[in-house]
Amino acid sequence: MAAKTRKIGPVEKKLIGVADVVIDAAQRRRDPTLAIPVRSLSNVTFDERKGLIELGRRKQARSFFNVGMAKKFMQTVLVADALCELQRANLTTSLREIYYRTKHTIKNSHENTLDTQDESDPLIEDLEVTLAALREELHVRAENAGSIVGPLVLVDDGDRVDCARLGKGGYSVPSIVEPEYLEIRQCTADFVLLVEKGTQWNRLSEDKFWRTHNCVLLTGNGQPPRGVRRLARRLHDEKKLPVYVLVDNDPWGYYIYSVIKQGSINLAFESQRMAIPKAKFIGLSSADPEAYELPRNVGIKLNDKDTARAKELLGYTWFQKKGWQTEIKRMLSSGLKYELDALANKDFQFLTKKYLPRKLKEKDWLD
Amino acid sequence: MWGICEPTRAPLAKSSRKASPAETAPTAATPKPGVSAVEMGARQREISVSEFFTKNRHLLGFDNPRKALLTCVKEAVDNALDACEEAGILPDIVVKVEAVGNGGPPPPASQASRFRITVTDNGPGIVRQQIPPIFAKLLYGSKFHRLRMSRGQQGIGISAAGMYGQLTTGKPVQIISRTGARSPAHFFEVQIDTKKNEPLILEKKQIDWESPRGTQVTMEVEGRYQKGRASVDEYVEQTIIANPHVKLTYLTPEGETKELPRTYDQVPESPREIKPHPYGIELGMLLKMLQDTKSHWLSGFLAGDFSRVSPHLAEEICKTAGLSPRARPRDVHGQAAENLYKTIQSTKIMAPPTNCLSPIGERAILSGLYQQIKGDFYTAVSRPPAVYRGNPFVIEAGLAYGRGPEQAQEDQQKKAIPLAEGEADQGDDRELARVIRYANRVPLLYQQSACAIFKSVLDTTWRNYGVTQSRGALPAGPMVIFVHMASVWVPFTSESKEAIAEYDEISKEITLALRECGRRLGAFLRRRERAYSEQSRRDIFALYIEEVVESCNRLKGGRLAVAKLKEQLQKMAMKRTGGEKTDEVLGKNGSGPEGLPHSIIVTPDGVEGEVPKMIVDAPAAAAANGNGHPAEEDKDAEESKATAKARGHGKGRRRSAGRAAHGRTTDRRPRSAHRVAKPKTRARRGKG
Repeated sequence: MAAKTRKIGPVEKKLIGVADVVIDAAQRRRDPTLAIPVRSLSNVTFDERKGLIELGRRKQARSFFNVGMAKKFMQTVLVADALCELQRANLTTSLREIYYRTKHTIKNSHENTLDTQDESDPLIEDLEVTLAALREELHVRAENAGSIVGPLVLVDDGDRVDCARLGKGGYSVPSIVEPEYLEIRQCTADFVLLVEKGTQWNRLSEDKFWRTHNCVLLTGNGQPPRGVRRLARRLHDEKKLPVYVLVDNDPWGYYIYSVIKQGSINLAFESQRMAIPKAKFIGLSSADPEAYELPRNVGIKLNDKDTARAKELLGYTWFQKKGWQTEIKRMLSSGLKYELDALANKDFQFLTKKYLPRKLKEKDWLD
Repeated sequence: MWGICEPTRAPLAKSSRKASPAETAPTAATPKPGVSAVEMGARQREISVSEFFTKNRHLLGFDNPRKALLTCVKEAVDNALDACEEAGILPDIVVKVEAVGNGGPPPPASQASRFRITVTDNGPGIVRQQIPPIFAKLLYGSKFHRLRMSRGQQGIGISAAGMYGQLTTGKPVQIISRTGARSPAHFFEVQIDTKKNEPLILEKKQIDWESPRGTQVTMEVEGRYQKGRASVDEYVEQTIIANPHVKLTYLTPEGETKELPRTYDQVPESPREIKPHPYGIELGMLLKMLQDTKSHWLSGFLAGDFSRVSPHLAEEICKTAGLSPRARPRDVHGQAAENLYKTIQSTKIMAPPTNCLSPIGERAILSGLYQQIKGDFYTAVSRPPAVYRGNPFVIEAGLAYGRGPEQAQEDQQKKAIPLAEGEADQGDDRELARVIRYANRVPLLYQQSACAIFKSVLDTTWRNYGVTQSRGALPAGPMVIFVHMASVWVPFTSESKEAIAEYDEISKEITLALRECGRRLGAFLRRRERAYSEQSRRDIFALYIEEVVESCNRLKGGRLAVAKLKEQLQKMAMKRTGGEKTDEVLGKNGSGPEGLPHSIIVTPDGVEGEVPKMIVDAPAAAAANGNGHPAEEDKDAEESKATAKARGHGKGRRRSAGRAAHGRTTDRRPRSAHRVAKPKTRARRGKG
């Protein structure tokens, strides 16, 4: 210890704890066991007061001396080792690189430690939950899959980024946006508009919607990645900006909104830092086709999967508000879903010029 | 069809010109107005069987050149085997197929269109007078009128093959036959007179022949040689599986010599001839029998000409039918005969005797499969005799599963390379099982999907036995399924004897036999799985401890008492997996054929179960060593006959194949002659 000059960080300490579990158990002739919180619908609760999905208390034991779990246990320790290596070298990496880093053939056998990435990904989530460390803290990042544009200034790695001067393309949101990596230096916007699809974000950016309505435009290209969600949350917290969510009118759109608002089931342990309980659903609502006179023929028939998913949503505790029940049921009874793109049927700029201004003016959103 | 033989029919010009289609098909001429009854009557003519079959040769299995080649070989071999077995001789058969050039040098086998087939046996020989009709007269034979199990049934086969040769190449059939060392060998060249269905003898003479006894048939036919499914090679391989008592030498058109040694030294028990069972006959047959009988009284006829009808039962039948038991059989006709027939069908009569059947037997099937097919598990089931339409029959099934220990070792070595993503676990399950079908020991190679056997295999739920199977498909896996039907009369769907008809009774028996095989396979697979998982349980901990300890050491920055932690974990692992007790269990109960009757299990450590005994084949060996003294050979042959009759007294001719797996490659070949090309013949499987 004395030879070491570097200070051991808190995350590193947590990772070394995994090794300690094994060593302690071996000393006491016990089966080395990790207690991993269960990440499934059965172990999440919706806190109505906070408006968050939270992880329950149930944990599953992962023991080494159990034929069914031995391999997973071994893999978990291997992944912990790889993550610790990242901490020590102060590097960040991707899920896939962790997979390659931990893959090798076990000594004296033909067996690989891991066969596919599908095996290592959940282990990283397991460690996140077990060690109560965020993925960003573990130095694992996702692809940069989000964009931002608007009247705000960020500082990334010491570089000043003025998001009002980045043309149509905007700034690509990195996957780690914690304050120590990304500073929000200045923001004069009135609200944040989070758009599901890149197409609509591009439309709004091209039309300088953010300038006319003084807002921040964010997109996550589908289910928004952690970086986008976290950045929206920080803008909400630090700059007190309301967040409006614009998604397709289908069950998957509703779910994207609910993940932004309350957190996801799989990553319920991160709701605390990600969820924006005050986020509003601005559209596309199942009432819009009528209100905005969208012709019936631009709708798409709900398939069996859509219907099943919509019915599932009706059952979630966080969709029990009256407005939401009518919203989803209205979609089910119409039997149609609408994409944001369908607005182009009226006019290419219908979204920028008519739809959003009217929505904002009428405060026509769901909570 | 006629175009084919046109250029080559010089030797039979006379007969074939008369039989040209225009003249022989009177019914084909549509009556035009103005043709009188007398004129029409003048056109009516008798059709000879041979003429009929020259026009309908597909009925006999000569539809295309490839199949025709197979049919010719098959008919000749079937005849040879039937003859040997009836005489109680262990068959030594030599099959030679050569490509023949049409006037020039012979082309390569794959391109040749003409072949000379020579089949030689060591059977009883044929007496001189019988040679021409046997080989050149259709529907002439010893088997049709007898209710007795044999390969041939109608007396069409070999003469039809000869006729096919004659039609396509113009060459006669050559026969050499000798009935004993003291008799001379006769050489014949015969052709069939297709109009009269009578043999034409082109040449006959006495010759010197090296064999002391036996028959040799040579014919030249148009054909095509192509390996794979339903080829001559496959026929030979399958024949030897169901007939392990046969020693077969196959000289392929490509010049290879395949020696298939005898692995079972008992001639199949000679089946008895039986009288028809009353349930098996039709009214017309009954009428004919009533006319032909030698009995004076009806009751005597019933009791004497049928099996399982006692004099008492005969009287009862007569009474029920309202006929006098003293009536003259010839006087029973019309309504009376019909009543009699109905009464017989509704009377309860004992099932026919079953000593007319000679099943292959579980041991012989096992032996055949074990010799010819590589695998880890073999089993065989003989069902008790059953009856369909008054014909007794026996179903036998066998099964070979796995790739054999050699393949397992190969796989082991392959796995030494670290696997890339997506390469893992390419299971056995993509290959489908192969079904090999037999009727009276003859392999059936065509029309698989029309056959009762194949359908029963599909209908069996193999998933219950640990084998994967998609809906309506064969089970998947490295597996060969063997099914044999032995009967005095096998109900084929056509004259060319390719598929067995689906009688409920037959399908039921097949299914029962397959299920029994399946159950044993299931037991074997479960046991192997258990042993494997027990073993891997131990391996898992041993392997993973290494990894976990290393990782922990790295996590702790290399400052860990590695050896200590490893030891602590290993101790726990040992305790968890039952320690030495498990070792014992593994050694003792890991595998083993107990509880699995008539089965063989092959593991890399050895072979367990009813491993076939190896035979030192004295006469064959002498012959193979070349020119043994004739008298001595004869003595040996006599002896083998005696052995066969004594049944089960090997006189020290067999010796154990040994328990060690390598025994399969060394011990099993007693003499050098057997060594040629053997691995190849054994390796055939699946894709074919």
